[in-house]
Amino acid sequence: MLHRVFALVVKELLAVLKDVKSRMVLVGPPIIQLVVFGYAANYDLNHVPFAVYNEDPSQPSRELVARFEGAPAFQEVARIHSDAEVGPLIDRRQALMVLHIDRRFSRDLLRGSAGHVQLILDGRNSNTALLLMGYANTILSDFDTWWSERHGGPKPPATLDIRARFNENLESRWFIVPGIVALLTQVVTLLVTALSVARERENGTFDQLLVTPMRPIDILLGKSIPGFLIGSVEATFIITAGVLWFGVPLRGGFVALYLGLFLFLLSVIGVGLMVSSLSVTQQQALLGTFLFMVPSIILSGFATPIANMPPMVQYLTYVNPMRYFLIVVRSVFLEGSSTRSLVPQYWPMMIIGFVTLAMAGWLFRRRLY
Amino acid sequence: MNRALIMRLRGLLRKESLQILRDPSSIAIAFVMPVVLLLIFGYGVSLDAKRVPLALVVEQPNRDTASFTAGFFQSPYFVPVRFSTVQEADAAMRARLVDGIVWLRSDFSRRMLSEGNAPIGLIVNGVDANNARLVEGYLQQVWADWLAKFAASQGLTLNMPVQADVRVWFNPAVASTDFLVPGLIAVIMTLTGALLTAMVVAREWERGTMESLLVTPASIHEIILSKLVPYFMLGMGGMILSVAMAVWLFEVPLRGSLWLLMASSSAFLLCALGMGLLISTVSKNQFVAGQIAIIVTFLPAFILSGFVFDIRSMPAAIRLITHIVAARYFVTILQSVFLAGNVWPVVLPNIFALILMAAIFLGLARHSARKSLE
Repeated sequence: MLHRVFALVVKELLAVLKDVKSRMVLVGPPIIQLVVFGYAANYDLNHVPFAVYNEDPSQPSRELVARFEGAPAFQEVARIHSDAEVGPLIDRRQALMVLHIDRRFSRDLLRGSAGHVQLILDGRNSNTALLLMGYANTILSDFDTWWSERHGGPKPPATLDIRARFNENLESRWFIVPGIVALLTQVVTLLVTALSVARERENGTFDQLLVTPMRPIDILLGKSIPGFLIGSVEATFIITAGVLWFGVPLRGGFVALYLGLFLFLLSVIGVGLMVSSLSVTQQQALLGTFLFMVPSIILSGFATPIANMPPMVQYLTYVNPMRYFLIVVRSVFLEGSSTRSLVPQYWPMMIIGFVTLAMAGWLFRRRLY
Repeated sequence: MNRALIMRLRGLLRKESLQILRDPSSIAIAFVMPVVLLLIFGYGVSLDAKRVPLALVVEQPNRDTASFTAGFFQSPYFVPVRFSTVQEADAAMRARLVDGIVWLRSDFSRRMLSEGNAPIGLIVNGVDANNARLVEGYLQQVWADWLAKFAASQGLTLNMPVQADVRVWFNPAVASTDFLVPGLIAVIMTLTGALLTAMVVAREWERGTMESLLVTPASIHEIILSKLVPYFMLGMGGMILSVAMAVWLFEVPLRGSLWLLMASSSAFLLCALGMGLLISTVSKNQFVAGQIAIIVTFLPAFILSGFVFDIRSMPAAIRLITHIVAARYFVTILQSVFLAGNVWPVVLPNIFALILMAAIFLGLARHSARKSLE
């Protein structure tokens, strides 16, 4: 039995790897995508263009402007001198923020009352606007502290001491790169498995396979193992690159990570084979892959948190294997989680894997009768 | 000559339309897929952190700490849970039950009244850095509100030296749906456009029917045109459905004009269909065409288009790459036309880029289709 499965594995691997085009599809894009997405998928803002509209040329206002200019998040692109210039700058996206300092800013400050500034933000990208607001508030409150210290204002009764755990500098790359491990592993593994049965069915060779002495379980194994091999190699490559190239700390153990990877591959292969055996043509298999893959990526927590989704959609994410594996990779990488604390993520992937594989095996057999 | 051309075109168009009507899968791609995806994503994709679970650790509860923690119970952004020690709260954060910890030490009240500057410990889970930053902002808001209230209760006016008046244009409520739904339309249309042509034409190559078409008197232009027109109409149908859903279901304001939206959508759809045609003529094989379509359409449109990740913050080399992603131009147009209006200086260069890309894709598709026959 073992050598039969082995023969099928060899045949499957050859089918995928012997064709130059399909070999290139498996090797080239993941490397390019890792590098491009690793750098591109980033929520941190650098050099955001902003304009200064300073109606109060004085020492305190210059100090405030200098603090904005010095911040790495901001880059001054224009100085304007009238209200009418604000509109076109923002409309044309030449500046995402205008810092407007009131005419009486320094007079009010020196008198001991509040000096007014206005921040005008482009809300077309609401996330950028919110983050800019946060950066600007930090600069303003630093300025407040500095001013109070120099001019003997009253101290606030309590101050905030904010610390971030696990990702001390809040670098979004540390969040995204482990996510890419899950993302690309899923894409490649699905592509390898989902078309494998459909292709044979379209060519008619699947019926030949069914009349060989192989049992459905042998065929299932033979069709799954290549996906496992290719998916593990792919994931290992990305994990290594994440640590060595992108400098993301890997704080947890390999057992916790690879147990998660194994179960994730199991569930993805299960879904892929199920889609494949449900479809009669490659086109249907591809459509099915798409219809599973796109929602599973967008609703996985890769880019937007699951906690923000409405409860109905959150229930939907429970059948998404990527949801669980994303938690596993991120917490093994950043939190150094143990295998035991990740059990709640492991067993749902195992169930999804077994159910979908069983369905696929059953569908293999059903076709013959 | 002219009549023959029209007749040939009519015949080809009839053949393509019949083919579409007979195989329900392309109608499903054009109409069902956008609706289902927009429904799931429109409701599912949000960057607004609401009801963040937060651990409160108050080592010595009294009036002062109660006045501070009350702010968290009133805030719509937090769901506070009390813990008696920081260790317990920390364990809860590791188990992902809470996203942050507010820690008032036992000397909070004493230090607050004697020397001021009593530290309030805030620990946020930084794994999701973007979310952590937003939570930090909300926490600062609660703190600032409390400071003002505290000063008022002491009969003082609070003296924050600088008072900032923040105005967010186009989206005053800073609702992420208003910004994400237009982007989603671009992502979904990239998928539909490329899938429609990539799969269908690759199948014709595989079966050899494409070659039989090429040996008929119909020229390569006519064949390409006859493939484009029916799928273009299908795609525009899907586009109109998506826009209607965005406006009526998700209540995204449409401040620009509808015809500008449709004009730019046509340019984009031509681009997406052209890309699909190119993929299928280059690969001539459904397996490879499908793989390429998945790799070059969905993920780049998702990550490199500015749909969630700001292009301006990417390194220069990556910014350069985003210029060959058609969705990038369409996302910019959609966000402006929906939220800001007809901003010509933004819209015109982007439409121009789309038309240029469509011409390049179609030109390349024609070139590689002709070459294959020789």
